[in-house]
Amino acid sequence: MNVLEVRGLTKSFGGLVAVEDVSFDLAAGEFLALIGPNGAGKTTCFNMVNGYLRPDRGSVELEGRELIGIKPRRIVRMGVGRTFQITRTFLSMTVLENVQMALISHHRRMYDIFSRATRLYRDEAMALLELVSMQEQAGRACSELAYGDLKRLELAIALAPDPALLLMDEPTAGMAPSERVALMELTAQIVAERGVSVLFTEHDMDVVFAHAHRILVLNRGALIAEGTGDEIRENALVQEVYLGGGTVFAAAEARDA
Amino acid sequence: MLEVKDLTARYGRAQILNGVSLKVGENEVVALLGRNGAGKTTTMKCIMGLVDQKTGEITYDGQSLMRKAPHMICRAGIGYVPEERRIFPDLTVLENLEVGRRPRREGAPEWQLEHLFELFPNLAERQGNLGKQLSGGEQQMLTIARTLMGNPKVVLLDEPSEGIAPVIVEQMARVIKELKAEGLSVLLSEQNLHFARAVSDRACIIEKGTLRYEGGFDDLDAHPEISQKYLAV
Amino acid sequence: MGFYVAQLLTGLANASSLFLIACGLSIIFGVTRIVNFAHGSFYMVGAYLAYTIVTTLDGGIFGFWFGVVVAAVIVGLLGLLVEVTILRRIYHAPELFQLVATFGVVLIIQDAALAIWGAEDLLGPRAPGLDRAVRIMGEPIPEYDLALILIGPLVLAGIWLVFHRTRWGVLVRAATQDREMVGALGVNQAWLFSAAFVLGAALAGLGGALQIPREAVSLQMDLSVIGDAFVVVVIGGMGSVAGAFVAAVLISVLNAFAILIFPQISIVLPFIVMAIVLIVRPYGLFGKEGSEHGAPSEPEQPLRLLSSRATIVVMALVFALAASPAVVSDFTTILLVDVMVATLFAVSLHFMMGLGGMVSFGHAAYFGVGAYAAAMAVKFAGLPMIPAMLIGPLGAAAAALFFGWFCVRLSGVYLAMLTLAAAQILWGVTFQWQDFTGGDDGILGVWPAKWASSDRVYFYIAFVLCVGGIWFLRRVAHSPFGYGLRGIRDSDVRAEAIGMDVKFHQWMGFALAGGFAGLAGVVFAFSKGSVFPDVLGIGQSVDGLIMVLLGGIHALAGPIFGAGVFVLIEDWVSRLDYWRFIFGAIILVVVLLAPDGVAGGVDRLLRAVGLRREERA
Repeated sequence: MNVLEVRGLTKSFGGLVAVEDVSFDLAAGEFLALIGPNGAGKTTCFNMVNGYLRPDRGSVELEGRELIGIKPRRIVRMGVGRTFQITRTFLSMTVLENVQMALISHHRRMYDIFSRATRLYRDEAMALLELVSMQEQAGRACSELAYGDLKRLELAIALAPDPALLLMDEPTAGMAPSERVALMELTAQIVAERGVSVLFTEHDMDVVFAHAHRILVLNRGALIAEGTGDEIRENALVQEVYLGGGTVFAAAEARDA
Repeated sequence: MLEVKDLTARYGRAQILNGVSLKVGENEVVALLGRNGAGKTTTMKCIMGLVDQKTGEITYDGQSLMRKAPHMICRAGIGYVPEERRIFPDLTVLENLEVGRRPRREGAPEWQLEHLFELFPNLAERQGNLGKQLSGGEQQMLTIARTLMGNPKVVLLDEPSEGIAPVIVEQMARVIKELKAEGLSVLLSEQNLHFARAVSDRACIIEKGTLRYEGGFDDLDAHPEISQKYLAV
Repeated sequence: MGFYVAQLLTGLANASSLFLIACGLSIIFGVTRIVNFAHGSFYMVGAYLAYTIVTTLDGGIFGFWFGVVVAAVIVGLLGLLVEVTILRRIYHAPELFQLVATFGVVLIIQDAALAIWGAEDLLGPRAPGLDRAVRIMGEPIPEYDLALILIGPLVLAGIWLVFHRTRWGVLVRAATQDREMVGALGVNQAWLFSAAFVLGAALAGLGGALQIPREAVSLQMDLSVIGDAFVVVVIGGMGSVAGAFVAAVLISVLNAFAILIFPQISIVLPFIVMAIVLIVRPYGLFGKEGSEHGAPSEPEQPLRLLSSRATIVVMALVFALAASPAVVSDFTTILLVDVMVATLFAVSLHFMMGLGGMVSFGHAAYFGVGAYAAAMAVKFAGLPMIPAMLIGPLGAAAAALFFGWFCVRLSGVYLAMLTLAAAQILWGVTFQWQDFTGGDDGILGVWPAKWASSDRVYFYIAFVLCVGGIWFLRRVAHSPFGYGLRGIRDSDVRAEAIGMDVKFHQWMGFALAGGFAGLAGVVFAFSKGSVFPDVLGIGQSVDGLIMVLLGGIHALAGPIFGAGVFVLIEDWVSRLDYWRFIFGAIILVVVLLAPDGVAGGVDRLLRAVGLRREERA
């Protein structure tokens, strides 16, 4: 069954077509990568799925429900979690409080002015932190965390409302190679356990080829290829517009050797 | 020519560097490798005078840079290309270059506009465009060109390959080789070992604000455990 | 027809001087990111200097224009002095600090001008050679107005040429986009900032100097012009010179015609135009979202509950306050009521600013609405004290709901400016709606009920309302709602991504803060027995900002310390001659020497003696 069905998505900005007639499906439990050069329309595509941009044409259906025209915060409530390319957390709160906030919002307690926020949903929040192995850091100020830990915290926050779909915008940007692998393995494992589907954009081809079940390639706003890692790697058009000679990423080098 | 000794730095309460030492020689390309948060950017910002809370010693051609303001450090001959492509979005390409222009100095190659446009043909076509109208790759090229307008002798390049399509990264590698051919020294911060190996003479690896390795890439290849441990390739 | 042309020309002449002030303000903001409250003072000093030079020289056409130019140059040098001695040290401070520091400069210049030129209004000479009127379509138009209409566009063209045709101009424009990067490319920022500040100040001085044939030079020129100048800059877009010109013309011409229909409108018209423009274009006509590479602010530490020992200390202080009327004099009892009112006002402002990240330059509006609503309920509806005390905060909350709906659509400096606009609108209405508000005469005879009329009994009423209000707001700060506000301040993107309704949440926070400011206003009104339009004025709003700043914005306890310190200092200083000067100097000393405020110091002390928990149990 498809969790997400995207049909004929089109968007232009001031006459410049950013995304043109993009369609794809995302099956339950699938790990789908969206790659392409800078300015190919990845972010625009993403923002149309999560409701920040309204497409000129096309439809996005989540488990059969149309998402176009729905505000981003409602889309979150319908079961779409997201992580950001540059981490976005509440820096003046502790790690645990960040997760508690997501739970408070999910349980619609945000307008409660009498309870103490820090006493709500502690156990649930701790369980989520354990899931991403952050329980030791629960009491630390978020502003003191290392970058990789922030990324894991974001994952815990995104999982708080138990989403059906996770949108990850360059999840490993700015991380060291080993951390990248660790984060994506963790994500893959959670995805498998919880049955969440993931759509992610990524520039690190090692991460993409290692984890994506399927890959979509965008160029100049249009989908130019779709397939498994091997199919994409062998695709001449993709090599020309995006992958280049393949000397700058390790996986290709290892394979050539 | 550029030498950093026992550099420590902090932002507020967080200690970022715990004694980094490294050297960049005449006409040498040195790669500063390390994970995100290891202190690469902070090292560069310290050299450039953009971090106040620091101790240790930074010298360039024998004179100390520790107490100098950024503009004095630039005038001394050090060019800085920051990460995240900080061009001036509402200035044209030509005006962006004008901001970087400084008089030519003794012993440094002089970069005329024509020469820069040969190196970055895309920019030549887009001289009158505003910075924000350029693509990500073109913006990255513009930051480098802008810094070269200052006729530096040493260029600090902070993660030029981050967030850029592989084809542009290859172009970036050609530019760095050209800089070396012109006689410049380059300190290049990188997470991508393969890219760094392709363009650099030597490698320094930092981890948690401390220098862990300094030497050639051959030694690094001979001891894969080093890069495994600190870069975890 | 001729009449309307004359009206149009008057509007355009007004636009020229407004443009000169506003474009200086805009240039300074663009480069240094400082919202310069003292800009009106530069304008005033320009006028005074031109008056002195022109009347002393008495040298005909040449003497007049020479005097005008020299006045502008001297004001530029005054700007240099202010920049080098004060502002240069606080470029990296939060905008609130900068604002309050420049307000300190306003106070100092006011008293300096009083000492030099005296309190009397000075009538300037007419411009020699331009002292007659020409007839245009039958209507007499002063020649000097026509000269002004020319000067505005000429200055605009000059600035445009400098910014686009000179290297310095390119550097200035680059600096408005990314200051740090300009420094790293070898440009001496300190010099660039000073130069921009001198240019901006000189333009304000020029604007003031050119006014002397048109209006009397007075000590009120500074604050009366600054509100309009802010509005013009915001409508045009912060940092945009062309925007300032268009906005100045828009406001002045609209005003010239609007007063024909509704004479009282000129006080509020600029603010209404600004509100409309900002809702349609949140960064003004020509403005853009500010560059992220401005002054980085250090992240705030998580909220910690007080340790049990500290709780005991706080309880002891509250009990001491409760018991104080038995020990201290009546005079001190009244002063303590003032302290409690100020504290609740400051806490409500901090709730919005510190927790909510919505800096308000016009929080006095809700304090004043509370006070006026209660006073009017007593005066016109004949209500007793207790119901009037309920109506006050509800009225303030209603006003905050109305204006807050517009304000929360913006952020940062623009939000702050819109709050100022809202406050000025309310002030203007109060000032002019004589039948209901008594206008300048205020409303008198707002005394507490008979049973509450003794100072002591009223102290306890104030105690219950203010301490209760403060306790309640602190309680909310620790609730999900308060955490939500802080979350939005930290990252609105994240807040939305966890499903929060960001604007609605901020709107409710705005209204709550307004309601409690209104409560403070109510207690204030009954303690003084009268209300005047000042309670909604810029001065009252700035007082609140200073209290929050004195206390330190990052601590919940900050506004409590700040308000206490503020009222005590004010009580002492206001008895002295030249108290503005002294007060301004105190503000500058605090801003320059104690950047985390009084409470920041106290907080460090509490940690040192173990009264504050480091980790939550």
